[in-house]
Amino acid sequence: MSSKPVAPSLLDPAILLPAVKAAFVKLDPRQLVRNPVIFVTEVVAAVVTGLFVRDLMTGTGSPLFSGQIAAWLWFTVLFATFAEAVAEGRGKAQADSLRRTKSELTARKLVSAEGRETQTIPATSLKVGDVVLVEAGELIPGDGDVVEGVASVNESAITGESAPVIRESGGDRSAVTGGTQVLSDWIKVRIGVAPGNTFVDRMIALIEGAQRQKTPNEIALSILLSGLTLIFLVAVVTLWGLAGYSGTLLSVTVLSALLVTLIPTTIGGLLSAIGIAGMDRLVRFNVIATSGRAVEAAGDVDTLLLDKTGTITFGNRMAADFMPVPGVTEAELADAALLASLADETPEGRSIAALATGEFGRQAPAVSLPASGKGEVVALAVGGGTSPAGATRIDAVIPFAAETRLSGVDFGGRRLRKGAVDSILKFTGIRDENVPNEFRRAVDQVARTGGTPLAVADGPRLLGVIHLKDVVKPGIKERFAALRAMGIRTVMVTGDNPVTAAAIASEAGVDDFLAEATPEDKLAYIRKEQHGGRLIAMCGDGTNDAPALAQADVGVAMQTGTQAAREAANMVDLDSSPTKLIEIVEIGKQLLMTRGSLTTFSIANDVAKYFAIIPALFITTYPALAALNVMNLGSPQSAILSAVIFNALIIVALIPLALKGVKYRPVGAAALLRRNLLVYGLGGILLPFAGIKLVDLAVNALNLV
Amino acid sequence: MSIIGWLQISLLFIAVLIVIKPLGLYMARVFSGERNVFSPVLGPVERGLYLAAGVDPNKEQGWLAYAMSMLAFSLAGFVSLYAILRLQAYLPMNPQGFAGMPSDLAFNTAVSFVTNTNWQNYGGETTLSHFSQMAGLTVHNFVSAATGIAMALAVTRAFARSNASTVGNFWVDLTRSTLYVLLPIAVVMALAMVWTGLPQTFHADLTATTLEGAKQTISLGPVASQEAIKQLGTNGGGFFNVNAAHPFENPTALSNYLNIFAMLSISAALVYTFGQMVGNRRQGWAFIAVTGILLISGVAVVYWAEAQGNPILTTLGLDAAQGNMEGKEVRFGQAMTALYAAVTTGLSDGGVNGMHGSLTGIGGLVPMFLMQLGEVLPGGVGSGLYGMVVFAILAVFVAGLMVGRTPELLGKKIESREMKYAMFAVLILPVTILGFAAVSAMLPFAVASIGTAGPHGLSEILYAFTSAAGNNGSAFGGLTGNTPWYNTTLGLAMLLGRFAYAVPVMAIAGSIAVKTRVPASKGTFPTDTPLFVGLLVGIILILGGLQFFPALALGPIVEHFSMLAGQTF
Repeated sequence: MSSKPVAPSLLDPAILLPAVKAAFVKLDPRQLVRNPVIFVTEVVAAVVTGLFVRDLMTGTGSPLFSGQIAAWLWFTVLFATFAEAVAEGRGKAQADSLRRTKSELTARKLVSAEGRETQTIPATSLKVGDVVLVEAGELIPGDGDVVEGVASVNESAITGESAPVIRESGGDRSAVTGGTQVLSDWIKVRIGVAPGNTFVDRMIALIEGAQRQKTPNEIALSILLSGLTLIFLVAVVTLWGLAGYSGTLLSVTVLSALLVTLIPTTIGGLLSAIGIAGMDRLVRFNVIATSGRAVEAAGDVDTLLLDKTGTITFGNRMAADFMPVPGVTEAELADAALLASLADETPEGRSIAALATGEFGRQAPAVSLPASGKGEVVALAVGGGTSPAGATRIDAVIPFAAETRLSGVDFGGRRLRKGAVDSILKFTGIRDENVPNEFRRAVDQVARTGGTPLAVADGPRLLGVIHLKDVVKPGIKERFAALRAMGIRTVMVTGDNPVTAAAIASEAGVDDFLAEATPEDKLAYIRKEQHGGRLIAMCGDGTNDAPALAQADVGVAMQTGTQAAREAANMVDLDSSPTKLIEIVEIGKQLLMTRGSLTTFSIANDVAKYFAIIPALFITTYPALAALNVMNLGSPQSAILSAVIFNALIIVALIPLALKGVKYRPVGAAALLRRNLLVYGLGGILLPFAGIKLVDLAVNALNLV
Repeated sequence: MSIIGWLQISLLFIAVLIVIKPLGLYMARVFSGERNVFSPVLGPVERGLYLAAGVDPNKEQGWLAYAMSMLAFSLAGFVSLYAILRLQAYLPMNPQGFAGMPSDLAFNTAVSFVTNTNWQNYGGETTLSHFSQMAGLTVHNFVSAATGIAMALAVTRAFARSNASTVGNFWVDLTRSTLYVLLPIAVVMALAMVWTGLPQTFHADLTATTLEGAKQTISLGPVASQEAIKQLGTNGGGFFNVNAAHPFENPTALSNYLNIFAMLSISAALVYTFGQMVGNRRQGWAFIAVTGILLISGVAVVYWAEAQGNPILTTLGLDAAQGNMEGKEVRFGQAMTALYAAVTTGLSDGGVNGMHGSLTGIGGLVPMFLMQLGEVLPGGVGSGLYGMVVFAILAVFVAGLMVGRTPELLGKKIESREMKYAMFAVLILPVTILGFAAVSAMLPFAVASIGTAGPHGLSEILYAFTSAAGNNGSAFGGLTGNTPWYNTTLGLAMLLGRFAYAVPVMAIAGSIAVKTRVPASKGTFPTDTPLFVGLLVGIILILGGLQFFPALALGPIVEHFSMLAGQTF
């Protein structure tokens, strides 16, 4: 896992200077119309500017006043566009370096899949299905799957992690990403994604915010803000008529000032910056989301579906012991387990082979199986080190599959199998009541201690049990407790039997578990939860996981996972850390909280603005209304100008908060609400009273009106 | 203010609190179609009505069909009432021989009763025949209230159900509200009112000779029956022009109590029914608490303002301890007038037992502001409940994000569709009130209708449109409303306030009903806690305040400060 990512400094001139330029470019009304509140502000600013010019030309009115109001209205718009530009600027540097690696790519396309003869072409002209050869020192030209070979790959260009990773054909570590570098050996890669749509392309688009679309909640919030803008438009326009009753002729300048201070410019100006910053935060946590919708959904997640292995327990289960049934020797069992694991590329399968050849001193058979081993006829030297049985022909190799949950090998009339206990019992055809007691006891003993029993059989004959061990990660229990406080259930998914699963579940402190889970079970569980209205997040890496990843509301694929998993998921974790899901949920919640807090703040601000502007508007007609001037502002004109200035400055003042986000604490909704209501609701009502007063003191001290 | 006054006020609220739960539970049974005490008697009537109307009570409607039925029913009601009012000279039971109503007044009155507003631009005892009062107005006192209840039920079911395409059957809800709720309670209430001294007779009027020897005509009629449903259905349209200040509509302190109790009880109990039907009674109590806090604050402010009196009059030698008694009935006093004024405007009842225009600046501000808050405290029967739900949706949306989840209310996600309709509904009130008021304030012939110069005149105009758009029906007094301009614009304001608000709300119900109900967890935004009550109070106050503060500043607020400054107009 990466260390806590550091955000770039807010005052970094490399970001600020281009952002100032971008802020002006964004004034284009065609762009700004996407943001109704700020668009209205721009229109009003243009109108007041016109009035200022008129005042200047005709010498009527007060050009000093209308000029300053116009200037501050323009600042309000500029500050809003600036906020968005700063948020976007923070991802730019990363996008630029990614684009550099991309532009230099060339590919060595294989003329035929079997040979090693290649032709060099630009990476941009690769097509899906092409197979390329990549050797040590070269950059991988596009996204795809390793079809042959093993290599160590440096993926730091994407993940920022300098330690190389192993990529090999078959299994769940076959996916490679364009732009990453092969450090040793060679691999053949089948291109799986057309150029222009690769992972790096998507990442660049995402970081730059080019493809940014409003998320559902942003749309709903925009409707609220537009509605409020309309309401205030009505209130301000009708005020002209109501004031006319008492003989007050209100100028368009002051009504414009009133309108802009009332409409929610603060949240309107910062809304898109909050969204971009949320994505940016994810990127800095080394997670790439394909849409803002997924980030929002992360905040809503009710249930986390966590794979036991690698998330709750340390990486892989390791074979720890062979436990033969009476009449079978340890050596016999170890040999059978070793052979049955030949085609099992899972870490468990490898650990069985390691245990048999290591601690139990059995000799590995001399065999080389091609990747497409099934059904191949291969010579095999079977047996222990002392009595080589000579070369035997293998009839069939049964690779491990999630559906059958067993693997094995057929040769010389023998059918060796190892796998999940119930699968093996079914394979042997032994009826339940005929299962030897010793076998049962061994299975129970392993399961009770939280381990995983695997059964080994030779045709209809049960040979014994393999004990796989699992260790729960330290500290994981506390994290689950924190999640529970947030109202999120954790569900452990495992292929283990219910007894084993229960033992580990209670040790890790999860809320529920899904034992003996096939990919179909996972999918069914997700559908069931979703039918009940819950939002589900899960992470996965295998091709098996793809349907469930696609079905889940938040599906996080590991960068080390298969191409299929990465395509199905709506987020990719570059660190391939399964516990990242927890951080993703927190980032989603933080994004929503920031939006809500600033909306509340923005609306609460209006109270003070009324007390500043209303008495100022009617002081000549109704001197008694001076009683409403609770802030004791200098003059009617300074009061209006101060409210406008405060309204503009508050946007700038809140940019850091919009980018950093409101702090999230896992304390439950009620406590969070109480705290945020106090800070942003009550604070939002009170702060502008002080703020406007201070601005007014400055305005009067400088004799601006 | 006095202890006795506060005791009187508290007693009323306690009485209402006691009745909320049993009445709320009873209504939940009725509207769920379960058997109740009246089933043996009224069940056959109910089935007979369905048979006669060709309604299949088991066939439910989607939101659109439900809303269309509601609109069709209201349109039919409007047309028939308009006809009765225009043609009353040719209809029976017209002992005084009143002529037909002029067209603009008939339009205004028909709209007024169909929309549950009951704004009175007519003087009942001098304009309407007994037939018009009974077959016209009283019928609508029942069915306009029942229509409101029906719409509230559609919203309630939308939250109670999960993945549902229907929200109930309008005709069934309408029939059940009338038969099982309004009718039986109205009968009991009418008898109780007769006991307190209200007349109930088909006699025309009595002619009496006064002590000075002058002849006085004393109007009579079926007052008690109309009075009962006027309050129960939060209609507010009285038999007499001066409404519940008239000694035949509201003769004693006890009848005054019955009046206020009747208008509050069904509307408040419906909120409990909501909680019961959505399976969260605490939610019902939370809404009731919001209502209680705002309503009691309103009563307190009016009572305080009236007890303070008018310093200008004090300097003229009036006893300051008496407070402001102008426009109040001595038999009710300040406490009961303040209570009536706040309750009748917090609800969209609109009956009055004193002249709101005679209240002090602040005292008059409160009733106007309570109406501008959207008539949700607890609002008209039904309409108040769905208004409160719209506010809850807004509150949840604004503040709900602050807990780090997309907003949800009672397990239903609030998304852009709901937001769109809610904003549309919320927009109706300021557009109608401020729009018509601003135009009227600029038109010389409209301004000519005001009764008082200065800011008070603006208050009269503002109050009229507020009352009409809020479907309240109470008048500030002073404004001559029976002119073609006001008859028409107030009628339009009533129509917009009722239907342009209700149809989007029905659309919200449809959109909410199809959603899956998400089970609550610790991460869910709590909507049934004291914190949420405080939040909702804040949202209602701030939203209402922000919309209407500038207008109010030019009316009652400046009136108040001018009074303190000793300035008159």
